[in-house]
Amino acid sequence: MHWWMQRLTAAVLVPIVVWLAFSVAMLGSASHEAVVRWLQSPVVMTLLMLLVVTTFYHTKLGMQVIIEDYVRGWLKAVSLILLNLICVLLTVVGIAALLKIVL
Amino acid sequence: MKQGRPLSPHLQIYRWPLAMVISILHRFTGVVLAVGALLLVIVLVSVAAGPAAYEVVRILVSSLFGQIFLVLWTVALFMHLFNGVRHLVFDAGYGFGIDATRNSGILVIVATLLLTVVVWSVAWLNGRFWI
Repeated sequence: MHWWMQRLTAAVLVPIVVWLAFSVAMLGSASHEAVVRWLQSPVVMTLLMLLVVTTFYHTKLGMQVIIEDYVRGWLKAVSLILLNLICVLLTVVGIAALLKIVL
Repeated sequence: MKQGRPLSPHLQIYRWPLAMVISILHRFTGVVLAVGALLLVIVLVSVAAGPAAYEVVRILVSSLFGQIFLVLWTVALFMHLFNGVRHLVFDAGYGFGIDATRNSGILVIVATLLLTVVVWSVAWLNGRFWI
């Protein structure tokens, strides 16, 4: 499950990340108005929501492996709980920010 | 311990194998990008918070320091992306063998540098960024 989800999220992220890199390069240091207009396009909004969810899921899976490799004992349990909390929190905050922009 | 015996490995003339360097870099860039993902959320929140908050982020990102940071970010991002694709190919059962892994490793580095240059050329031609 962990193994498959790490690969699945990776495959989903590849095209979105390339798209985002070029989009941000095109935006440059755009004004607030221009960025909001860009974000309010349905395609951009959908892709960014997918990006936020997939990114933090992928981050959680990757960091979990690193923690399991290098951290031992009670610190390992604490690290894993913190990792999960932070990833869930950042996903929720990211989606909330996007919703606020689009609504 | 007897003197004059050959030591193995010769640490002073030891060259890190490419596969090892790339493997370490994959983890390292992964951790870097985890921090980068946090910054992405901060940017989104600043846009949602309004023009004043966004302006602070815009000035920071447009600064020389911000631009250098962004260049390093794109290098880490594309390195992790291309090597991730390389791993997906490995997972599918292809590309094993010493020559194949070496060639794909070199390809990852070349592709990373190439895509970084292309993306920054787009940004530069767009005329908004410093670099």
